[in-house]
Amino acid sequence: MPTEQQLLDYYRKMLVIRLFEEKVEDLFTRGLITGTAHPCIGQEAVAVGACSALGRKDYVTSNHRGHGHFIARGGDPARMMAELFGKTTGYSGGRGGSQLMADYSLAFLGGNGITGGSIPVATGVALSLKLRSIDRVVLCFFGDGASNQGTFHESLNMASLWNLPVIYACENNMYAMSTPTSRSTAIADIADRAASYGMPGTIVDGNDLLAVQAAVRAARKRARSGGGPTLVECKTYRLSGHSRGDPRVYRTAAEEERQRKLDPIKLFRKVLIERGAITPRSDKQIRKEARQTIGDTVKFARRSPAPHPGTLEEGLHPCQR
Amino acid sequence: MSYTEALRTCLAGEMRRDKSVFLFGEDIGVYGGAFGVTRGLLEKFGPERVIDTPISEGSFVGAAVGAALAGSRPVVEIMFMDFITLAADQLVNQAAKLRYVFGEQARCPLVLRTPAGGGRCYGPTHSQDLTAWFVHAPGLHVAAPSTPADAMGLLKTAIRSDSPVIFVEHKMLYNEKGPVSPRARPVPFGKARVARKGTDVTVIAWSWMALEAELAADHLEADGISVELIDLRTLSPMDTDTVIASVKKTGRVLIVEEGPRTAGVGAEIGARVFEQAFDYLDAPLTRLASPNVPVPTSPTLERAMIPNRESITSAILKILED
Repeated sequence: MPTEQQLLDYYRKMLVIRLFEEKVEDLFTRGLITGTAHPCIGQEAVAVGACSALGRKDYVTSNHRGHGHFIARGGDPARMMAELFGKTTGYSGGRGGSQLMADYSLAFLGGNGITGGSIPVATGVALSLKLRSIDRVVLCFFGDGASNQGTFHESLNMASLWNLPVIYACENNMYAMSTPTSRSTAIADIADRAASYGMPGTIVDGNDLLAVQAAVRAARKRARSGGGPTLVECKTYRLSGHSRGDPRVYRTAAEEERQRKLDPIKLFRKVLIERGAITPRSDKQIRKEARQTIGDTVKFARRSPAPHPGTLEEGLHPCQR
Repeated sequence: MSYTEALRTCLAGEMRRDKSVFLFGEDIGVYGGAFGVTRGLLEKFGPERVIDTPISEGSFVGAAVGAALAGSRPVVEIMFMDFITLAADQLVNQAAKLRYVFGEQARCPLVLRTPAGGGRCYGPTHSQDLTAWFVHAPGLHVAAPSTPADAMGLLKTAIRSDSPVIFVEHKMLYNEKGPVSPRARPVPFGKARVARKGTDVTVIAWSWMALEAELAADHLEADGISVELIDLRTLSPMDTDTVIASVKKTGRVLIVEEGPRTAGVGAEIGARVFEQAFDYLDAPLTRLASPNVPVPTSPTLERAMIPNRESITSAILKILED
């Protein structure tokens, strides 16, 4: 059972993720940042719950909707924001943008611009750990859409075949961009796919942080004891659009309204109040601090220098011309 | 030592030298690989260092990328270069970009060995030379040795490198023999081999075509024609300096490439020659390559398609007429 301090830490992290994403949407609307991003509003409990179940040295791989994963893993929101502004102080010096940020010192191997692209990579990290008898596990985040890629099926087969220490955390937010899972996926529960590969597949309420944490914790224990991989399907909902400028014509306002009642941050706040971990007054203070953090990220990003065009060709291979 | 033995000796040596090196691919264990390169290595190093994979190119190459990032040094075998298309995402979108985007923290010491090319009538999906595809992808190194000594030396460099390398072998070279020292130093990437010095014409080739060009040059030497043959050895990075210096000396250029002519590696070499040595050319630059069609299975058609010692000889004679 997490301590009160830990519960508060989870809550703060979820708030920072939510406010970060809302700020990013706002910055796009105001034309202050370019390109695109995929917000994870509504999915914060999966990111924070899953990462809270890991050890400090366990690896995490992410996907295109990865801001939450990175913040949950301990990423610095200011350097993330600077990356979105394309600045030198960003995690990738402005070269990667929203989808490609990494911090190996946090064992966070980065997001991925290709749906399903990180699933084999995570599997290979686990293979290397096993070959070298290193006691760490890999947590691989991906969405329902990625579970229709060949890489998902090929990787789960290999991971089970070789008994690799990897946790496949599928965030089923019900839509692959605009396509509902009912129109893209032949079965209702992605967790059922685990059976084809001889591994356990569990289903968890992805909006319930502590449920996600418990499921990932169990999978980690299994992986560390040599039990092999687990597929954990976290049922959740993306309250925002797929990416910036998504008019969400593929679903109804009534559906969104229903889902808003299941907002993971609201649910967790209730838990904290019931346990007496926060009061309306301390909650107000926590939220104020989170807003302050996000405000500071924008200030940091805006005053950071842009990369010099002369650096364009640097850093690939010393001799490749 | 044969080209195959050179590769195998190198793999064994590197596996002994560095415990983090492991082999990964289809049927490379008991079977020893489709062309026998890894034969005997399972017995020597065990199933944790010589790992047979399922037929899942897209994902076992991705797994090799992950293993490389985590600190291993995987050497992957793709049974025929044609199958590399299944792994293109993992090579082009993942491995190639890591270092540029994530910086020093992301090291991807991945080697992907693969037999390329025709000459054995294996047909349209088992005979292609797709080298040019990967030369066009920033962030990948591409090596294509033509001799057993270079197979050994370049593979050593590839395995010790922290960058992803596509290592193109050739089915028609596996049985070629040549002097190799197992203790030979690694051959640096981006340094061409001047296979023979000459004064009348510069011929640029690599992989199997370098061998065919050598035979053509032998034949022409009897007629008093002096060919300078440059074996590029690595296409990315490419040793342009050696090419330009030779062109300035001979004033005549033939580029020989097995892959399709359009947008081939030869087109790139030709453009560099025009950019850097146009004033030195005494005759039109000539490219000899395969026509833009899939590789047919029939021996007569395959033979008509791929450049060989005879067509190289004719092309050189024609250049010298100008």
